[in-house]
Amino acid sequence: MSGDSPDSRPATDGGSPASGGVPEADSRPMPSEQPGPEERNHPTGRRNLEGIRIDPVVEAEHESRRAVISALVEDEPGVLARVSGLVSRRQFNIESLTVGPTTVEGHSRITMVVEETDPGIDQIEKQMAKLKPVISVGEVSGDAVTSELVLLKVQADDPAAVHAVSEMYDGRTVDAGPETITVELTGDNASIDNAIGAFERFGIVEIARTGPTALARGNTPTAPGEKPGTAGEPTTHDD
Amino acid sequence: MSDTAAQPREDDAEEPKDPPDADESVAAETDDPSDTDGPVAGPVSTGAESVVAALEAAGAETAFGVQGGAIMPVYDALYDSSIRHVTMAHEQGAAHAADAYGVVAGEPGLCLATSGPGATNLVTGIADADMDSDAMLALTGQVPTEFVGNDAFQETDTVGVTRPITKHNYFANGADTVGDTVGEAFELSRAGRPGPTLVDLPKDVTQAETEETPGPAAPPAGTDPDPNADADAVEDAARAIEAAERPVCLFGGGVIKADASDAARTFARSYGIPVTTTMPGIGSFPEDDDLCLSWGGMHGTGYANMAITHTDCLIAVGTRFDDRLTGGIDTFAPEAEVVHIDIDPAEISKNVYADYPLIGDAERILEQLTAAVREAPDAEAWRDRCAEWKETYPLTYATPEDEPLKPQFVVEAFDEATDDDTIVTTGVGQHQMWASQFWTYTEPRTWISSHGLGTMGYGVPAAVGARVAADTMGEQDREVVCFDGDGSFLMTMQELSVAVREDLDITIAVLNNEYIGMVRQWQDAFYEGRHMASDYTWMPEFDKLAEAFGALGLRVDDYDEVAPAVEEALDYDGPAVIDFHVDPEENVLPMVPSGGANGKFATAEDQL
Repeated sequence: MSGDSPDSRPATDGGSPASGGVPEADSRPMPSEQPGPEERNHPTGRRNLEGIRIDPVVEAEHESRRAVISALVEDEPGVLARVSGLVSRRQFNIESLTVGPTTVEGHSRITMVVEETDPGIDQIEKQMAKLKPVISVGEVSGDAVTSELVLLKVQADDPAAVHAVSEMYDGRTVDAGPETITVELTGDNASIDNAIGAFERFGIVEIARTGPTALARGNTPTAPGEKPGTAGEPTTHDD
Repeated sequence: MSDTAAQPREDDAEEPKDPPDADESVAAETDDPSDTDGPVAGPVSTGAESVVAALEAAGAETAFGVQGGAIMPVYDALYDSSIRHVTMAHEQGAAHAADAYGVVAGEPGLCLATSGPGATNLVTGIADADMDSDAMLALTGQVPTEFVGNDAFQETDTVGVTRPITKHNYFANGADTVGDTVGEAFELSRAGRPGPTLVDLPKDVTQAETEETPGPAAPPAGTDPDPNADADAVEDAARAIEAAERPVCLFGGGVIKADASDAARTFARSYGIPVTTTMPGIGSFPEDDDLCLSWGGMHGTGYANMAITHTDCLIAVGTRFDDRLTGGIDTFAPEAEVVHIDIDPAEISKNVYADYPLIGDAERILEQLTAAVREAPDAEAWRDRCAEWKETYPLTYATPEDEPLKPQFVVEAFDEATDDDTIVTTGVGQHQMWASQFWTYTEPRTWISSHGLGTMGYGVPAAVGARVAADTMGEQDREVVCFDGDGSFLMTMQELSVAVREDLDITIAVLNNEYIGMVRQWQDAFYEGRHMASDYTWMPEFDKLAEAFGALGLRVDDYDEVAPAVEEALDYDGPAVIDFHVDPEENVLPMVPSGGANGKFATAEDQL
């Protein structure tokens, strides 16, 4: 690419409008035909000193954050493949995905935990909403009830100590053998992580985590448009 | 993007909606499809008959396809159908032909293929339609249900393969419902933002007996969005447009798909707003209009790119801001507030942040906006500046006597020799850029190309589809011209056999430079001229090849042969191929390097 690009020619450079003045058609080369950015009728705080618009998306530093997205979907073959395919194709960072039926026949709920920026989360919701089997989709607000189930198999060298730790974290022993003990735990992300840390000293043999699932608190619908108290019956098909 | 005019709308109170109903009732010799009180299709006895009955009831008039084992029951049912079937040489050709047919006709295209290789050969064409948001229904045969998953002969997981490149796809699981599924898939393809849909048809389903007549077809709930934008949002956008001093319209392919070209023209002319288009938007606004700055992007006009770079208010309609248009996002319309009109909420602020998002049908919103703007923006000085850019950066090419025939000259010769309603199709590469740069497009649905996917070989099958569409619409007098490259032509030229068999009046202009020319240009610019695998040291003689197919074949090497050959080919009543041996070293200019700033385009080769 040559440095002598067309845009650097003085006759056509209009990149830095100077202030004021009545438009004069014949005053080339005159980048001053337009009033300066500060004189234009635009929302405040949107331009830098050079008059270049500050694009809130491009300029802003977006931090990734953890978000729980809940979708009410039609329980048809391939719906999980459609959702997971979308997530992988568009390179969204996904932490976990759970799916299960609701009490409404033919409806399932998918709960997804993603690590994304705000525009990324917005895109996930919009792209998922376009999938035909997705009835409604939205982020579950921050104070939602989230819970995860974990099955944890540890060495049974010291059964009494395992039971003690298990009780501390409200765990339940689901299998106990001469060599291993399997404990079931539920809780939010942080308490599960704490529990796993506590069990580590016994020697963790195997672990299986479901990933969090979530519901909104109170009368707030978990997925937009969902009628509270109807266990997955939407008020409208789309939001 | 937007729903097509053919999409019936419940709340379409302002305008009579006779075209869709009229069109459909012509094709469907069964009941009127707008009658929702009862079944619309005639009696059926098998799943395959139900499929065909549903297609007829939905208004499908033409199908493109290739026979094969698993799809045979459907073809057998087509034997007695009013639907015209055009047998193609290759399934990829069937998909491209259906795609182009749909663009020209404003109806979903329809293509058929058998299971396994038939379905996988469709994939490129389906992906092409997906990237360009073209309404199309693909029907694929599948091995009988009991064999699915067993790696049976000619089995492919077609639904799995096409899932990411369709709007939605279906696996038919019973003869009683297969007609309804096909009808729904057909309607879904054109509901809201158009796109391809697919129904996979296991052979046992299409062979099974059923007496269930398909019901009235409708898109699935929630897929046919509200065409109107939020009224307050329209008012806000109108204020921004009034306050603008350097406004520019950017009309995308969605303007054409929504049949919003008239509304777009009214809007821009009412308020004296200069117009740029995207490549798929070519034809939405007449390029011979003083306000028109043609199309922007990598090989767009210098004046379009300058206007986009310096505008303070970009009114973008039906575009997804593809990277070939925007170049580097941070240098795209850097001073502009963006009004973005689109039917698909997911396109809002996906690539370019929209200050004023207006979600809905392009035609409806442009009408809303035209009504809401109270006074034209004070943009006289800006229009003068755009006019100056037009003079400063004209699309030109040199014709030195010691250099071979220039391809741009061929495009201009065809443009001069044909009417405004001529349909142009292209492959992908340098010839595609010249065909879009040096032809003056004035009408929508006359520029038919592969934009998003960039599929070499699109041109010939697209010409077949476009010709069949024009003939179906009773427009036999329109010319169909395919500009192709030598590389593109070699990929799908077998469809020439279809054009000969079906006696299709198309003219194919091969701009033959014995290179994969666009790659050669990039190698010269960015790879030190190392012509790895772009240099075709031997090319067949395309004129003789055309004759072998049964078409008219001509060869042109010099300027003085161009006009007579163009005239002879256009006059010829059937497919004609002209092999234009053009300057192999000619480059497409101007050019914005990949990811570069639109305002910094190269106008000469040594600037790259």
